[in-house]
Amino acid sequence: MVPTEHYLALSFVLFTIGVIGVLTRRNVIIILMSIELILNAVNINLVAFSRHLGDVGGQVFAIFIITDAAAEAAVGLGIIIAFFRNRSTILADEMDLLKW
Amino acid sequence: MTLNTFIFYFFSALAVISALLMITRRNVVHSAIFLITALLATAGIFLQLRAEFLFAVQIILYVGGIMVLFLFVIMLVNLDVAVRQAAFNRQAWLAILMAGAMMGTVALAVWLGRASVHLPPVKAGALEPNTELVGEALFQNFMLPFEIASVLLLVAMIGAVVMSKKRI
Repeated sequence: MVPTEHYLALSFVLFTIGVIGVLTRRNVIIILMSIELILNAVNINLVAFSRHLGDVGGQVFAIFIITDAAAEAAVGLGIIIAFFRNRSTILADEMDLLKW
Repeated sequence: MTLNTFIFYFFSALAVISALLMITRRNVVHSAIFLITALLATAGIFLQLRAEFLFAVQIILYVGGIMVLFLFVIMLVNLDVAVRQAAFNRQAWLAILMAGAMMGTVALAVWLGRASVHLPPVKAGALEPNTELVGEALFQNFMLPFEIASVLLLVAMIGAVVMSKKRI
């Protein structure tokens, strides 16, 4: 039986890798994929506590988070397509329309 | 080391390594492939946690749905230019430093407060027929959030169509 702390450590490491990906990459698609990684790390946390407490609510919440991730990916990729059509770039630091 | 423990450490190592490769590859398609590997490794960890329904949902929805969507968008936007440009932005080192500081802060807080947290011992076999229990929870205690999630998906669908349409 693997102790629950190890699942939390794994989730923590994956979360930090996702944060580093969001902060350092220029490509917006990779930033969105890093957000998916962050949501996934949170899911590991929820399912580990669901097993630990013997409560199924954590797994139900993980399902809701996956639903959220699907919605976010659909809208985010739609925004990327619209932006690429108008400005023909997908680099985050060239998106400066609102910068003065 | 039992097989159960070995499976956990194998899939965690796979998830961490492919996540690291995902954020460092220059080519976006390679990043997507490594993200798929990380998601599949997470699915393996869900199976090791005896969450069979979530294992299936993870593979069908994440790997089969969301990642295919990502790959389609990668094909739609131009890649030949992006491969030759710099992959990381200028404040990358500062960002890594700040992320490391965040990680260190959280780890320190957890380490200092470990004496005050008393988790009850693990209840084995409490979630045993898994899919039935998840279904009952979804349709009894979590009925309203379930319906709101369907409205959210409708809104996201309309939003995606409106966003990617040329003329509304």
